[in-house]
Amino acid sequence: MRGGAGGIQLFSMRFLLLFSRQGKLRLQKWFTALSDRDKKKIIRDVMQMVLVRPPKSCNFLQWRDLKIVYRRYASLYFCCGLEQGDNELITLELLHRYVELLDQYFGNVCELDIIFNFEKAYFILDEFIIGGEVQETSKASVAKSMEEADSLQETMEEYLNKPTY
Amino acid sequence: MPAPIRLRELIRTIRTARTQAEEREMIQKECAAIRSSFREEDNTYRCRNVAKLLYMHMLGYPAHFGQLECLKLIASQKFTDKRIGYLGAMLLLDERQDVHLLMTNCIKNDLNHSTQYVQGLALCTLGCMGSSEMCRDLAGEVEKLLKTSNSYLRKKAALCAVHVIRKVPELMEMFLPATKNLLSEKNHGVLHTSVVLLTEMCERSPDMLSHFRKLVPQLVRILKNLIMSGYSPEHDVSGISDPFLQVRILRLLRILGKGDDDSSEAMNDILAQVATNTETSKNVGNAILYETVLTIMDIKSESGLRVLAINILGRFLLNNDKNIRYVALTSLLKTVQTDHNAVQRHRSTIVDCLKDLDVSIKRRAMELSFALVNGNNIRGMMKELLYFLDSCDPDFKADCASGIFLAAEKYAPSKRWHIDTIMRVLTTAGSYVRDDSVPNLIQLITNSVEMHAYTVQRLYKALLDDISQQPLVQVASWCIGEYGDLLVSGQCEEEEPIQVSEDEVLDVLEGLLVSNLSTPVTRGYSLTAIMKLSTRFSSLNRIKKVVSIYGSSIDVELQQRAVEYNALFKKYDHMRPALLERMPIMEKTATNGPSETVQTNGETDSTILDTKHLPSISQPASQANDLLDLLGGNDVVPIIQTTVPTKPASAGGELLDLLGDLSLTGGPTPTPASSVPMSQPPFLLDGLTSQPLFNDIAAVIPPMTAYNKNGLIIEFTFERSNPNPNIAVITIHATNSTEADMTEFVFQAAVPKTFQLQLLSPSSNVVPAFNQGSVTQVIRVLNPQKQQLRMRIKLTYTHKGSPVQDLAEVNNFPPQSWQ
Repeated sequence: MRGGAGGIQLFSMRFLLLFSRQGKLRLQKWFTALSDRDKKKIIRDVMQMVLVRPPKSCNFLQWRDLKIVYRRYASLYFCCGLEQGDNELITLELLHRYVELLDQYFGNVCELDIIFNFEKAYFILDEFIIGGEVQETSKASVAKSMEEADSLQETMEEYLNKPTY
Repeated sequence: MPAPIRLRELIRTIRTARTQAEEREMIQKECAAIRSSFREEDNTYRCRNVAKLLYMHMLGYPAHFGQLECLKLIASQKFTDKRIGYLGAMLLLDERQDVHLLMTNCIKNDLNHSTQYVQGLALCTLGCMGSSEMCRDLAGEVEKLLKTSNSYLRKKAALCAVHVIRKVPELMEMFLPATKNLLSEKNHGVLHTSVVLLTEMCERSPDMLSHFRKLVPQLVRILKNLIMSGYSPEHDVSGISDPFLQVRILRLLRILGKGDDDSSEAMNDILAQVATNTETSKNVGNAILYETVLTIMDIKSESGLRVLAINILGRFLLNNDKNIRYVALTSLLKTVQTDHNAVQRHRSTIVDCLKDLDVSIKRRAMELSFALVNGNNIRGMMKELLYFLDSCDPDFKADCASGIFLAAEKYAPSKRWHIDTIMRVLTTAGSYVRDDSVPNLIQLITNSVEMHAYTVQRLYKALLDDISQQPLVQVASWCIGEYGDLLVSGQCEEEEPIQVSEDEVLDVLEGLLVSNLSTPVTRGYSLTAIMKLSTRFSSLNRIKKVVSIYGSSIDVELQQRAVEYNALFKKYDHMRPALLERMPIMEKTATNGPSETVQTNGETDSTILDTKHLPSISQPASQANDLLDLLGGNDVVPIIQTTVPTKPASAGGELLDLLGDLSLTGGPTPTPASSVPMSQPPFLLDGLTSQPLFNDIAAVIPPMTAYNKNGLIIEFTFERSNPNPNIAVITIHATNSTEADMTEFVFQAAVPKTFQLQLLSPSSNVVPAFNQGSVTQVIRVLNPQKQQLRMRIKLTYTHKGSPVQDLAEVNNFPPQSWQ
C-alpha cells in the first residue's frame, strides 16, 4: 500500500462534498485539478449513488477507483472520495470532527447556516484540512484561530450580518 | 450608483425563486450588475461581489469572469479582501487556468507577511492547489516556514511541503534538514502534519525510507504516550487521545517496518499493546484497531501478532456496526492469500455475511467466499453460494455465476456434482450468466463423456420447463444436437431415463427456432443441432424440410447456415456423417477467472479460441476443407462467428512470431500460490474420470537433459499416458546452480504441426539458487502420426535483476518417447 514515485498518492482525499437531500450542493472542496465538466459529472454521479442508499446502510461504497465515505447529518450529506489505501473508519471521524467544528462555530449548526455562511464553512474547513490532510486535531485550536482571524475582518458588520431566513 | 446588494440578501432573494427559470433570471441580472461593477474597478465592493459570484458558482453558474478579480483581492491590503480572494482562487483558479501563475508573486509576498493569518491563507492556498511551477518558485519560502517556531505556521508549512513534494518530487531533498526535530514538537497539529510529511517522503524514496527508520523508537514513544496518558480534553475523542495522530503514526510505522526485521521488532510491543488495550465500543477505537491490524499484516510481525490481528478482524465480523463488518471483509480479502488458514477459521461468519441486508457487505462477502473455497469445503460452500445466487440482486448474479463456475471447475468432487451445479446455475440465473460461459460449459460437458446421457436428459427436461434463459437454451440445444441419440435411446444411468421420441425432440428444437424468446444466436444453435441430428436420428425428411425452410429466412445468419446444410444434403451427402460426427474432446490450457472474461453482445470470444489447437478432424478431401471454412471451422466455436477468428492475445501469439512455422502452445500463467497444479481436474482423454495423471507407466523411458546453459538445467522425464499410447507425458525439472534465484521463470514450448501440445501449470516461477529446489511442469504431447518428436523451447526469467531470454531446440528425445 505504498505510493509510487510518479505522483500516485495512495493516502489522500480527492474531494469533499456537502449536499442536501434534494441534491443541492452546499460546499465543494477539490484536492486535485479537474475541469469544470469533470467536477460536475463527479458531483452528479456521487450524489446519485449516495442519495439512493437506504437509511441504515453501510457508510462506504466503492465507486470507480475510489472509496466513497459519507454520512448524513440532519438534512446534509457529508461525503468524501478517498484513495484505495485510506482508512474509512477514521475518515468517518474526520467528517464528524468537521461537523463538530461547524457546530462549535455556529452554535447548533443547521443547513441554513451553511447556506448563508458558506464562506465561513470554507474558512473553518481550511483551518482543519489542507491538501486533503488534517492539519489540526484540537477543536479548541481551530476555534481560537477562527476567532482571531475573524477579528481581523475590516467590515465586521457585513461579515456577521444575518438576515432573517 | 447604489451599493451592490449584500451577499446574504442575494442568497435570500435567490432562494425565493420558485422555478429554475426564475432563478436563472435573478442570477443573470445580478451577474450583469457585478460585471459592470468589475469594469468600474470598484475597490470597495469587490469583495462583496466576488463572494456573491462564488455563491452563484456553487449553484452551477459560470464565474470565470471573476478570476482576475480574485487576483486583485489577493493583492489588496485588507484581510477581508484576501480571505475572499484566496477562497475564490481555490475555487476558480486551479492550475488549469491561464491566469493561475499570476498568483505566485502575491502568495510569495503573503508568505512573508507580518500577520500569521495572512501567511496561513497563502500556505493553505499553495498547499491545496499550487501548480508545479508555483511550487518550484515558492518551495524555498515553504522550507523557511517549516523551520519556524510558530506552530500555527509550522503545521501548515508541513502540509504545504507535502503538496510541493507531490507536485515536484525532485524537491524532496531540500526539505530534509527541516525535518530534523519535527517529532520533538509538543503541538499535536505540528506532530500530525510532520508525520504526514515524513510518510510522504518515505513512500517516495527508498533512501529517505532507510534514513527515517531511525525514528521508529521515537514514534513508538509518542504513540505510547498517547495511549498511556490520562484524559486530555483538548484532543480527546470518546476517551481516546488524538485518534487522528495515532492512526497516522501507525501508518508511518507500517511503512517503516515493512520488509525490515529490526524495525518490525521494535514496534511489536506497542502494536500488541494497542491491539489489546484499545476500547472497541465506538467507531473511533475500531478505527485505530483497524489501522493496527493493517500495520501488523504488512510488517514482519511474529506469528502470534498476526493471529491476533486476524482474530480482531474476526471479531469485527461479528460487530453490530455495518461499517466495521464491511471493513473487516475488505481486509480479510487482502490477507486471504497470505494467511489463508487463519482466514478459513472465520469462514462460517463470512458466509453468514452473505445474508446481510447491506449491499456493500454482501458483495465483499461474496468475493471473500470465493477466495475461501477449496477442495475440502467445496460442497458446503457451494450450497451457500447457490442459495445466495438464488436470492441476490441482479447486479450480483453475473459475478456470482462466474465465480461458481470457476470454483466448480477447480474443485468439483465428481463429474455428476459438477454437471448438477452447472444445471442449477443455468436454471436459476440463466439469463445473467456471461456470454462466454456457454462455450466453456459446452467444452466441460464434452469432456465428461460418461455423463453425456445424464446431461442431455437434464438439459432436455430443463428446456421443457423454460426456454427464456438464452445461455441455458444454447447449451441445451448444443447438447441435444450432439447427444440426441442417447436421449431417445433412454440410456441414462445416473437417473431414471425418460421416454422421448425423435419427433418430440425435434418439436422442442423447432420450437426454439420460432419462439420470440430466442435470440438470433440461439436460433443458430438450434438449427445446427437439428442438422446434427440428421446423422443420429432417422427422421431425415423432417430435418431436411426444416433446413430448407430456413434457407429463405430473413435472418442472414440462419439463412446462410440453412443454405449450407442444404448443400450438404444435396451435393455432399457422402461427407455428412463424417462432418457431423460426435465432437472429440477439446483441449483447454488455462482456466479462466471471471475477471478475465470478455463480455461481448452475443458474439462470444471463448478461451478455447486462445489455444487454437482443437484436435484436427480427419479431412477426407480438400473440398471438405472448404466446406469447413464456410461453416466457420470447428463446431465448438459459437456458430455465430462466420469468420475464422484470428487470435492475437496470449503468449502463444508472441511465440508464434518467433518460432515461425511450428504450431505451438504458449506457457500458461502460473495459477495462484494457493492452488496446487496436480490436484486440478486433469485433462481427460478418452473419458477417464478423475484418474491421476501418472498412473500407469507402460515402459520406463530414460530421462534426458533438454537444456543446460548459464547454470540453468532442464531435465525431461517421461511417462506414457495409459491407455492412449499416442500421448507422451513429459515432466520438466528446472534447476539453477548459480548463486542467485531465477525469478519470473516461464517455460514455453512449440512442436511441429503434426503434434499437439498441452502445458499444465508450473509448480512455481522461481528457480531457487544453488540447486535448492526445482520448478516442475507437465507437458502432454499428442503424437498420432508417431513422428519423431522435436521441440523448440523458449525460456524467460530474471536473474540478478536483469531479464534473460533464450531459445533452444530439443532434438535428442529418446526413441521410446515417440515410437
